[in-house]
Amino acid sequence: MKKQLLATFIGLNLTAAAQAAAPTAEEMWSIIQQQQKEISELKSQLEKNDSRLTETEIMAEATISAVEEISLAPAASNKTHMGGYGEVHYNNLEADDGSSSKDEVDFHRFVFFTSYQYSDSIRFFSELEVEHSIAGDGQVGEVELEQAYIEWDLENNKSAKAGLFLMPVGILNETHEPDTFYGTERNAVEKNIIPATWWEAGAALSGELSPGLKYDVAAHSPLFLDNGEYKPRDGRQKVGKAKADDPAFTGRLKYTAIPGLELAASVQVQTDMRQGEGDKIGGTLFETHLAWQQDDFQLRALYAAWDFDDAINSIKAGADEQTGFYIEPSYKITDKLGVFARLSEYDNTAGSAADTAVEQFDIGLNYWLHPNVVFKIDYQNQNKSSGNGSDGINIGVGFSY
Amino acid sequence: MFDKLFNSYFCKVIFTGLLATTLLASTQLNAKGVYQSGPDFVSEAFAPHQPQPKVLWLTGPVRQQAEKILGHKAQGLRVRYHQYGDKTAWILNEIGKEMPITIGVVIDQHRISSVKILAYRESRGGEVRYPAYVAQYRGASLNDKHKLDRSIDGITGATLSVWAVNKVAALALYYHSQVTDQSESTN
Repeated sequence: MKKQLLATFIGLNLTAAAQAAAPTAEEMWSIIQQQQKEISELKSQLEKNDSRLTETEIMAEATISAVEEISLAPAASNKTHMGGYGEVHYNNLEADDGSSSKDEVDFHRFVFFTSYQYSDSIRFFSELEVEHSIAGDGQVGEVELEQAYIEWDLENNKSAKAGLFLMPVGILNETHEPDTFYGTERNAVEKNIIPATWWEAGAALSGELSPGLKYDVAAHSPLFLDNGEYKPRDGRQKVGKAKADDPAFTGRLKYTAIPGLELAASVQVQTDMRQGEGDKIGGTLFETHLAWQQDDFQLRALYAAWDFDDAINSIKAGADEQTGFYIEPSYKITDKLGVFARLSEYDNTAGSAADTAVEQFDIGLNYWLHPNVVFKIDYQNQNKSSGNGSDGINIGVGFSY
Repeated sequence: MFDKLFNSYFCKVIFTGLLATTLLASTQLNAKGVYQSGPDFVSEAFAPHQPQPKVLWLTGPVRQQAEKILGHKAQGLRVRYHQYGDKTAWILNEIGKEMPITIGVVIDQHRISSVKILAYRESRGGEVRYPAYVAQYRGASLNDKHKLDRSIDGITGATLSVWAVNKVAALALYYHSQVTDQSESTN
């Protein structure tokens, strides 16, 4: 009975509620209009959100672009560049007859490069070097300005430079960072015959005759042989109040069209290495070299010869001809480890009847801790035709940045 | 001084040689300059198609590996590239000695299709732009250590420029693998 009454009561209430909730047509129309209004408002809100999202994307893109512009700017637009290199050597050498020995450590070279880009076509480059660690009165070292020149592009095909620059001769003279060559010390031929490192002041023109065939021509300050001097290395004035009565000229052709191969030949003319003091001594240097890299194998070979006027023989017999050559095969066992051997011979009195040549054999290895950081060790054996030679080891560490 | 200079036989020879060389050189090309614009490089790479540019974000492991290949920090937040099918084209900058070299690399199915020097700004080392040099990269891919699978014959006195091109070639191959294998790119 109670259940029937409860069911009846619930049924009556539901019917009443249903009747009360059922809208009229007008109410329905009002509801629809209200809903339509809400839909319109929501759509409008959605469009605004879309618009804001687009704005956010644009702002994000602008921010990212600005960040990239700032972060990429130094590489593209920094006008001043710094660099340098250094090498410290340990030499342990002894004469064959035991009469002399060399057992010393030397911070041979510490160099700063500075360059400045005035514009896309005008730039300055310099190299300042401290040799043998300490310089000054009575000290063993020197502070030297080895490069300081302005270079500018004349047209799309050539450039000129003026100032103090390295002579375009040999393999090492222009590229001599320690991580770029084998052997603790630079080879004896380029040192004693060319003579590297060699810089002069003047003007030069460089360009490309065809892809892979380049030329350099330069007019510059000369070598000067003071009384009693006869070796080209003695004649370097290092552009310090250098005598310049009779200028010198250098030209080079370089062929690099084949990957891994460099063939070059240089000629230099010294009009008078005495610079008007005493008998005229003119001279011509001819240098040619090959640098060939094929996979892990590399071969470097160089020949250089000076032909001086006979007047030089009054200073040193046979000095009218001074020649040298070397051949250096090397092999990179891994990316970091390479071995080399070098046979070289030079003679600063090759014009004499006597055999006065100096022959040197080097063998050793380079270990690159980093592509720009190298450890070196080598054994050298030098034989002089005059008799007493020497041998020993060299150890070095070098870097560039 | 100047009398001696101009009366010298050698000087006359040098002067004549200089003049002749200068005239001859005026018709030839130089090492420095812009050789091809980016859009032209892309058009040439995908002709006749014209794919839209895409972006690879340098985040997480992608950035880490890129920096390992470069040996220094990777600049920028993202890299733009173009893709059509399995072929991608990348235009990347890397400093040789002092100035950035702009290098275009086209990769097809994980192998280098072509490398082109688009702009070279250094005074020395411009030999890297020669067709014979860049042809060495054709067909190269990455080995397990993310290095080029072949040795590239260098240029004496231009080691830094050669390294720069080697790095960019390896980097483009790595980026290609990221956008074609793992679909980590976004438009």
